[in-house]
Amino acid sequence: MKIVLQNLTKIFPPRDKKRGKETIAVNNFTFTIPDGKLVGLLGPSGCGKSTTLYMISGLQAPSGGKIFFGEDDVTELSPENRGVGLVFQNYALYPHMTVKQNILFPLQNLRGEDRLTKEQMIERAYDAAKLVQIDELMERKPSELSGGQQQRVAIARALVKMPKVLLLDEPLSNLDARLRLQTREEIKRIQKETGITTIFVTHDQEEAMSISDIIVVMKLGVVQQVGAPQDVYDDPINLFVAKFLGTPPINVFKGSVKSGKLVINGAEVMDVPGIDDREVFVGIRPEGFIPAADGSFECNLSNVEVMGRDVSVVSTNEASLNPFVRSIIDADYKIDKSATTIRFALKPHKVFLFDEKTEERIKFEVN
Amino acid sequence: MTNQSVAKKKHIWDKVSEKFDIFCRKIKLDKWKAWLYLLPTIVLLAIFTFCPIINTVSMAFTVYWDPEAPVYEYDESGNILTDDETGKKVVLGYGEYKGYNIALDIAGETDFEFGFNNFISVLKYNGFIQIMKNTVILCIMTVPISTLLALLIAVCLNAIKPLRRLLQTIFFMPYVTNSIAIGMVFAAMFNIVGVNEHNLDASRSLGIINSVLGVLGMDPVNWINQGSSYWANIAVMVIYIAWNALPFKILILLGGLQSVNKQYYDAAKIDSTPPWRVFTRITVPLLSPMIAYVVITGFIGGFKEYTSIIGIFGEGMQPPGAGAGTPRLQTMVGYIYDALGTNSQGTASAAAIILFLLIFAVTLINLYVSKKKTHY
Repeated sequence: MKIVLQNLTKIFPPRDKKRGKETIAVNNFTFTIPDGKLVGLLGPSGCGKSTTLYMISGLQAPSGGKIFFGEDDVTELSPENRGVGLVFQNYALYPHMTVKQNILFPLQNLRGEDRLTKEQMIERAYDAAKLVQIDELMERKPSELSGGQQQRVAIARALVKMPKVLLLDEPLSNLDARLRLQTREEIKRIQKETGITTIFVTHDQEEAMSISDIIVVMKLGVVQQVGAPQDVYDDPINLFVAKFLGTPPINVFKGSVKSGKLVINGAEVMDVPGIDDREVFVGIRPEGFIPAADGSFECNLSNVEVMGRDVSVVSTNEASLNPFVRSIIDADYKIDKSATTIRFALKPHKVFLFDEKTEERIKFEVN
Repeated sequence: MTNQSVAKKKHIWDKVSEKFDIFCRKIKLDKWKAWLYLLPTIVLLAIFTFCPIINTVSMAFTVYWDPEAPVYEYDESGNILTDDETGKKVVLGYGEYKGYNIALDIAGETDFEFGFNNFISVLKYNGFIQIMKNTVILCIMTVPISTLLALLIAVCLNAIKPLRRLLQTIFFMPYVTNSIAIGMVFAAMFNIVGVNEHNLDASRSLGIINSVLGVLGMDPVNWINQGSSYWANIAVMVIYIAWNALPFKILILLGGLQSVNKQYYDAAKIDSTPPWRVFTRITVPLLSPMIAYVVITGFIGGFKEYTSIIGIFGEGMQPPGAGAGTPRLQTMVGYIYDALGTNSQGTASAAAIILFLLIFAVTLINLYVSKKKTHY
């Protein structure tokens, strides 16, 4: 089922009516989520991504705009009648019920035509449990499960009533690094197997990029960019998106354009055809550096970290806005660790220019 | 020279303190500082709690031989037989064990010994069944009623936002109001003021409760006046005690409700759970530790019921003219209090121990049941 968000807005009133300012958590969010896709809402904390999720679930009422499930306007519909499955950040498993009772609970609420017989309910519960591979733990209480297992139970509980939409709120934030990797693959697998339109919220860009079909990058309630993860990474619309995506993060410099040349720290480093002379921010992805003896871009070498497959070169540059310039280069390049400076050539498609004031992207032709 | 003597003095003090520490360690009191801090509490507890408890137990098992006490003959229903001709009580002989009496103890001419006669005289007391009946009835009727009502009110209070603080305060009022004063108000509501001695039927409809019943087209009930029935009296007591017990229970349950994670309710909403099922399957289980707590403390309080009855019926503990002998609404604590007043400290102590054992047993049962039903 496709989901349409139309000018969705959420404004929280100030706590103190006289002095406080209202908070715009989500501002004019318009977006269509195609049927059967896995969508990641991504942004730093306080960007309105969870609020958006809760508005889709119906737990929070929008201040403006509309939500459609397929062709149906569900904006005024209470959460009970929306048919969504929601996995909470802390899972919200009922602590006094066993895993089986937790999964059965949504089914037992069904009334009228949808009501199943006892046998059907148990069958459905076991099907859902098998899907997330917890069918061996059905008689345990949530407190007797590990974080990862609890998370699976929460997904099974959300899936058992076969929702039209599955919503996940920071589903991996309570798991350790190893389990997180494993579980995110699991979520991708379950989503593929069931084909349910799934929206999940995260502040971890790696997590979002790795499993989403589409990512939505948000900042302070405003959608910055929507697209396939690789497209957004390769073609960020502004400095915020460029900085938010990628580990290690993008290197940002102060620079200027003079007669078609990009100048950083007094040196002409690259041709940037078609741009008038102006001051700019320059973002260079760590993988955009090629060590070259005659390279145009010079940095002071501080450290070389060998990671096997590739090498991380840590250097400094006066124009850099970060304390260090971090570049990832192939291990085949031999770096002289004793040298005080290092010269790089730059890959033009890994270099982004941004307006100094608006921080919007300034595009140039890449030869 | 002076510097040296100062140094020496300090040295001596250090030595003293060191010796004291070693001494303390020797008598296993090296935590003496901790004990020092605990001392005020321990002293107060010892004087006002531990000593009285020990004393109660010792008094309960202390009796004396009264060689001059007449031993009467009883008929089958427990009444003392009287001689048909003289009208005097039939005396079988003289000499009997009697319970502890503090006046005799102070006089110092009596030889006390160990015995069970205090307990025997409590159990043989012909009003004992009545006392137990009152105590148990009040307890088992008020605890479930007040707990259910408190749960209902707490859930409602938790669900509303405006006026919650005001209503919370109103519901808490009985807790801070003198129970004798409340009792008098209840007595007025159920009508004891303005009794018309010459026309009891007229006086019955004076209270507000009977006025309401009248508006509803029902006959007035003689709740607490002269000639009222036992069950009418009990009904008034149950309403009063249950109402009086509400604030504490609401407070505890509301506190429990407010600490329940709101996400459980969000999850239930997403899963289209009907309100009644949310209440029975989520709220009650999550509140079960608090419910167990208010039920157990409710039973303990219920077995100690006394002031509420005084509040409504006065020290007579029954409606006027309800007969001599054991007051109709006498409870265990009332009996203990009366026994103390009539210089029967031994009997009072024995009754107190019986009451303690009763409460102890009921609490054990409560704990056993709640362990099975409670989710912590």
